[in-house]
Amino acid sequence: MAEGSSIWERLGFRRASGVGEAGWGHAVIAGLISFVYFLPVLIIIITSFKLQTEALAVPPKFLPTSFFGLIPDAYVFTPTLENYTSVFSRSMITGAAAENTGFDRYFFNSIVIASVSVLLALAIGTLAAYGFSRYPLKGNDTYLFVILTTRMLPAIVVIIPVILMFRAAGLSGSYVGIILLYTAFNLPFTIWMMKSFFDELSPDVEDAARLDGSSEAAVFFKVCLPQVVAGLAATFVFGLILTWNEFLFALLLTGVDTRTVPVGMNQAVAGGGIGVLWGLLAAIETLFLIPVFLVTFFLQNHLLRGVTFGTVKR
Amino acid sequence: MNSIAAQRPIPALMAPAPDNWKLAAIAGVAVSAVAIAALPAAASFWITGAMVAMVAASFVVNAYRRHYFGGLLVSPAIAVLFVMNIFPLLWSLGLSFFAYQSNQQTIRFIGLGNYQKLLTDNLKAPELWANLTNTAMFVVLTVIAQMVTGFLLALLFAKQFPLRKYLLILVLTPMMLSVVAVGVFFSYYYDPTFGILSYVIKAMTGGEQFILMSNKTGAVAGIVFADAWMWSPFVMLLVLAGLVSVPKYLYEAAAIDRVSAWRKFLTITFPYIRGLLMLALLFRTIEAFKMADLVILLTKGGNGTMTISYHVIRIANEQNKTSEGAALSYLLLFVVIVLTNLYLYLANRRAKGS
Repeated sequence: MAEGSSIWERLGFRRASGVGEAGWGHAVIAGLISFVYFLPVLIIIITSFKLQTEALAVPPKFLPTSFFGLIPDAYVFTPTLENYTSVFSRSMITGAAAENTGFDRYFFNSIVIASVSVLLALAIGTLAAYGFSRYPLKGNDTYLFVILTTRMLPAIVVIIPVILMFRAAGLSGSYVGIILLYTAFNLPFTIWMMKSFFDELSPDVEDAARLDGSSEAAVFFKVCLPQVVAGLAATFVFGLILTWNEFLFALLLTGVDTRTVPVGMNQAVAGGGIGVLWGLLAAIETLFLIPVFLVTFFLQNHLLRGVTFGTVKR
Repeated sequence: MNSIAAQRPIPALMAPAPDNWKLAAIAGVAVSAVAIAALPAAASFWITGAMVAMVAASFVVNAYRRHYFGGLLVSPAIAVLFVMNIFPLLWSLGLSFFAYQSNQQTIRFIGLGNYQKLLTDNLKAPELWANLTNTAMFVVLTVIAQMVTGFLLALLFAKQFPLRKYLLILVLTPMMLSVVAVGVFFSYYYDPTFGILSYVIKAMTGGEQFILMSNKTGAVAGIVFADAWMWSPFVMLLVLAGLVSVPKYLYEAAAIDRVSAWRKFLTITFPYIRGLLMLALLFRTIEAFKMADLVILLTKGGNGTMTISYHVIRIANEQNKTSEGAALSYLLLFVVIVLTNLYLYLANRRAKGS
């Protein structure tokens, strides 16, 4: 495209050379596509600042300001923070005094349960993936396949025995129970993902380290792990996202004290009997999105670094 | 690999040694059986747990003494999975041979009765077949849509460009939403009276309000669109991780040799992303087979969108027919296992062939 043409190049169109650099032209195209892709989320965020009547208005009210009269009033709403305060405290029955909804506790629970179980799964799963990759057992593929099988059944089938088991062990409604369950829930993906990263590494480097007298532990921690940081970050993000939003196990296995946000969100949708309160639901979802959004954003550099990964291949 | 390590002799079967896992396993099974038969549920649970821990410990000692690093590294993961997943799975497999309803106390062994009822009953067999075809349709459509969209998005973000970091996080956001919120808000977007889709179509055609969910095509399209929108970023991220891992010198060498773009993709890029692409395909297919929540939230299974997984939820949860639900999901598991094996076989053959 526009080879040698300085105008095009100044606008940012550079000739593609594999996975290389691109300029502002590419950024504009990517920006448009990203914006369209993000639009449904943006509408949720905008809705969180609307009152119920404005959320249901026809034509839809898109914007919080009219840009000095540029936009017709029919498309403009008055932003309000009422939904955000009523996430944490609102009157449950019309006319009654506002009471605590318990969402502060649900947010705390979600953070504790998701982060502990994902980190635990990452630690155990990475060790196992390294084992499967470097020291294949007899029937290695069978083990891996059985591990995968545990993710194939609808959760509702596993849940009945788990409920009975937790009741017998006194684990239902406790942090330990749900954290261990989520750890197991995350393990199959962690193992398969990390194994595919370990498989890509060159064994030559490890053999060289062994020849130099490194112990097996040093080979794992100092040679292999630094090369799969991208994989660790990606697996952590995926695990966090899946656990953060998990609903069915949380609904059936958490008690009043350990309830997570998705369960509370479902109650907020179903409760009241006057249809969905769109603004309230949007406010809960927006608040709930922020932590996982920030974690993903700050891990992004690791996620896409790929500098060391795969540099010495076979 | 561990031939240098001095091999200790393996203890005789009955010798009480800390690394004699066979004896530990036999003793563990015996003690657990007695405990389950004689003691109340809570006590026998913890005794069985202690036995599992004992067997696991002897495994670990055995692996450590004989330098079976594979076993040593894998054992914690296997232990957690066994207690939390495999054991409940076996339990529900056993349950599928009984007549049991969670709201009743009675339990009766009926062998393959549940399976027979599901596969041959005049009412249930056609329903099962219809739900299976619906599920297959959803799997094919959503997985293809996600793989294509995810792949194209990954190509878009493979290059380094200004603001890439900030645009990428926008595309990743749908995946981070709670499925409850996605389902409820897509029903808001699709709503004939105040939904944005109906509004846009009205504005374009000037017609009456647009009801997307009124027929099967629309209902399926609506669900597939929401699901593909939510999970394409997953495919994108995996493909992207593969794309950025391709060493730059390979492209530089290819540029010197004046290799065509297509050939460059086929011989340099594709081998690096193949593994991750396969992983994405595998996990998205498995998840697609389990699709229920979006269907529940958007159509409640109406208009020919009932899936097997939702069917299981109805039977097991709403109608309390626990054992029948278990039997149905084992039929589903059978289908998924056959397909996954076929897929892994093909993937392995490809890997060896190339």
